[in-house]
Amino acid sequence: MKLYLKIWRQKDANSKGAMVDYTLDGVESDMSFLEMLDVLNEELIEKGEDPIEFDHDCREGICGTCSLMINGRPHGPESLITVCQLHMRSFNDGDTIVIEPWRAKAFPVIKDLIVDRSSFDRIQQAGGYISVNTSGNPVDANAIPIEKDAADASFNAATCIGCGACVAACKNASAMLFTSAKVSQFALLPQGRVEAAERVQNMVRQMDIEGFGNCTNTGACEVECPKGISLENIARMNREYLSAIIKG
Amino acid sequence: MGVLDSKVPPGPLAEKWTNHKNEINLVNPANKRNIDVIVVGTGLAGASAAATLAELGYNVKTFCYQDSPRRAHSIAAQGGINAAKNYQGDGDSVYRLFYDTIKGGDYRSREANVYRLAEVSTNIIDQCVAQGVPFAREYGGLLDNRSFGGVLVSRTFYAKGQTGQQLLLGAYAAMNRQIQRGKIKSYTRHEMLDLVLVDGKARGIIARDLVSGELERHSAHAVVLATGGYGNLFFLSTYCMGANVMAAWKAHKRGAFFANPCFTQIHPTCIPVSGDHQSKLTLMSESLRNDGRIWVPKKLEDAQAIREGRLKPTELAEEDRDYYLERRYPAFGNLVPRDVASRAAKERCDAGFGVNKTGEAVYLDFDSAIMRYGREKALTSGMKNPDDATVRKLGEEVVEAKYGNLFQMYEKITDQNPYKTPMMIYPAVHYTMGGLWVDYNLMTTIPGCYAAGEANFSDHGANRLGASALMQGLADGYFVLPYTIGDYLSDDIRTGPIPTDIPEFDAAEKNVRDRINKLMSGNGKHSVDYYHKKLGKIMWNNCGMARNEKGLKEAIKEIAELREDFWANVKVPGSPDSKNQELEKAGRVADFLELGELFAMDALHRNESCGGHFREEYQTEEGEALRDDENFKYVAAWEYQGDPSKAQLHKEELVYENIEVKTRSYK
Ligand SMILES: Cc1cc2nc3c(=O)[nH]c(=O)nc-3n(C[C@H](O)[C@H](O)[C@H](O)COP(=O)(O)OP(=O)(O)OC[C@H]3O[C@@H](n4cnc5c(N)ncnc54)[C@H](O)[C@@H]3O)c2cc1C
Ligand code: SF4
Ligand code: FES
Repeated sequence: MKLYLKIWRQKDANSKGAMVDYTLDGVESDMSFLEMLDVLNEELIEKGEDPIEFDHDCREGICGTCSLMINGRPHGPESLITVCQLHMRSFNDGDTIVIEPWRAKAFPVIKDLIVDRSSFDRIQQAGGYISVNTSGNPVDANAIPIEKDAADASFNAATCIGCGACVAACKNASAMLFTSAKVSQFALLPQGRVEAAERVQNMVRQMDIEGFGNCTNTGACEVECPKGISLENIARMNREYLSAIIKG
Repeated sequence: MGVLDSKVPPGPLAEKWTNHKNEINLVNPANKRNIDVIVVGTGLAGASAAATLAELGYNVKTFCYQDSPRRAHSIAAQGGINAAKNYQGDGDSVYRLFYDTIKGGDYRSREANVYRLAEVSTNIIDQCVAQGVPFAREYGGLLDNRSFGGVLVSRTFYAKGQTGQQLLLGAYAAMNRQIQRGKIKSYTRHEMLDLVLVDGKARGIIARDLVSGELERHSAHAVVLATGGYGNLFFLSTYCMGANVMAAWKAHKRGAFFANPCFTQIHPTCIPVSGDHQSKLTLMSESLRNDGRIWVPKKLEDAQAIREGRLKPTELAEEDRDYYLERRYPAFGNLVPRDVASRAAKERCDAGFGVNKTGEAVYLDFDSAIMRYGREKALTSGMKNPDDATVRKLGEEVVEAKYGNLFQMYEKITDQNPYKTPMMIYPAVHYTMGGLWVDYNLMTTIPGCYAAGEANFSDHGANRLGASALMQGLADGYFVLPYTIGDYLSDDIRTGPIPTDIPEFDAAEKNVRDRINKLMSGNGKHSVDYYHKKLGKIMWNNCGMARNEKGLKEAIKEIAELREDFWANVKVPGSPDSKNQELEKAGRVADFLELGELFAMDALHRNESCGGHFREEYQTEEGEALRDDENFKYVAAWEYQGDPSKAQLHKEELVYENIEVKTRSYK
């Protein structure tokens, strides 16, 4: 296949970026999208140009590092996958593909297609944990039975990979889906209930401090989330939040 | 040989750890505030260690090259984590887990370490559940278990096919709690480029801020390396793209011995290589072998017809299929350990029975499982005489509930539906049992430098059984290292902060800067990946699933030549003073080019076959590995002497006091 690529290039956080055109020939349908970029980078290096920087690591859809806006959609055209799992068989010979980084105030660009998502870490640090000591826990694991449905629902919320596609997809750049996933995981478990009110308030506060926008229930996040994190989590977080403030 | 003191405590096996903990020097909580610890790596081992050390009161700094600690490659572990809980009442015990692990490792691991691992395994599950890790549950609300290769009990805890993710998020959450409390300072997008020694003790690191390119000095009273495995040396592997040996290798060059580098696990169930552009291989969890049956055609002409697309696997009659694991190993069948399963697949493919275009794939078939589960489901839901289609549908639902995300992953990569046609799999490089030599306290041969998780060598021997790396990472981090390190640090309560403006830091930083400049001044013919791929081919062809003297000798020569060419001709674009992924890769590949040689030397000197190390010269008539306990029942620990080829071998004899060393048989 021959492809026409329009790729965002930006030297660093303080420079102005621009779209640059590239033509790439010999792309095979078995290649992953990132392998296609590897091939392009090899060509650029050979020509003495700087390769395109993009974030990636596991290349199997689980670490949440890869983060490309492809033709205006986070993680590209297919649903329920990350960019590293996207294969070139989803494209046709002669296609033009536009590749950009996530765009959100809380995700500043570091270089080319790489953005800074450390705001997500700070939201977690604000309360995304159960306050239990790590040094020797006396309670036997089976002493805390958990209803299978609750355990499964908690697990489903916990599968969020922290990629940020939900933010990139949202017209308000809201981090509600991400934050609510973590809030939900713990809200559904008996171990997490004790500090639930504090947790949700702290995490929501941090989300606002980081400069994420508000949620206006558009649902684009759910559509683009590679892990199928559902909007129900946002509803659950809102309930948790409300009851937390009422309790004061 | 006196240099290697394993410090295994005296006394009966089952009491060693308890007694040791009782005798260890403790640091008073008020004094812990005056002690700094650096933890490099935030995978399961590093994150759990950092969180626990911080909670105990030490000041901790963590480092990882990813943008968040949560993205360490532990996140990718699929299948599960072992623990001797015996919740299933199938006769499991600490002793059995210990025994299986020692036997599985082909009697090349340290007895006392493995026993301790089995002993603390039960605490790990308690810990993780308390942290909110959503393990799979049964309808009664209790934890569910499954079994893994090499064992006959169900002791594996799991969270669908994403166990590593959930365990890591648990440890990451524990870290976050300490970050919030100000006890951990987390440095992300930072890479450790050198270890700094003061008076022979590890006292800090040189790290590069991968965004600004700046070199930084960080000091501490002790340094923990939890930097994962080095399997990326093969280029194609199941590791993440950034996995490297840099930190361990730099420590090696500063005096830490590197143990058993040639013990590398080749995992039997990975998606086969599809073409030259490929950058990594994807694992299909071994838990699939609980239900999937592995086979190739019995007849060469059928295999050929399948390769050419004239015959579909589903069209081949049952009697024309060779379920070779069930045939060769009736007791364990598809659940034999990884080294055995991998070699058996290679043997069949080498004999011409491979089923994909390149002839390097075998089938992993779920058809019988689907029908079996379907019939069971039909029965329990009271259906009388359901037709085949209904049974199949019900069965597919059960299989989906168990392995859905893995099936989805397979389909995304290969464009084939594994519910309808058997998966194709082939072995791939997956885990490195070798690593930095550590004593019972997890300290390397450099005082104050510790190694945890996959970065050390101690617990898995020549082969790792499934679901035991996660166990070891968390055991080291939550339950072992935080205590053993106190013994060492108790001498440091009056030392005070270690300054970074001393000659030792100056020298180490200069060393790092020179190396970066040298990398960037290469003549500029080939990219870093060009060299990495070449190295990977040499490794796979000569040091892979089967090795022989001739091939290893060639590899040693070729790697040395490739290294020379690399330093003369590598082309690293961009500048050292900014984000530069090619420079990052170049530094990692430069280290692989040194380690590769030591790897081959280690494989060459070990004139026996054991676990992941299969020397063609040493096999039984039936093609099984032939171990030589008389001459090789030791850990090979290599000391750096200025060049990989000059490395000096030290031996730690392995003593088995509690276990009878036997031939490993899974028949
Ligand atoms: C696909 C896959 C599936 C697996 N499935 C299972 C399973 O089901 N059960 C099981 O028990 N095991 C499994 N394993 C093995 C297991 O996941 C790993 O052995 C284990 O997680 C390693 O943990 P770790 O903490 O030692 O290292 P890692 O998780 O690899 O972490 C390494 C850390 O070191 C950091 N680092 C590395 N070098 C540097 C440097 N120079 N400077 C700064 N930071 C650095 C990285 O940023 C990272 O934080 C699997 C492995 C893979 C690849
Ligand atoms: S909610 Fe979905 S899109 Fe958002 S960070 Fe998590 S996995 Fe990514
Ligand atoms: S690279 Fe890990 S999710 Fe894509």
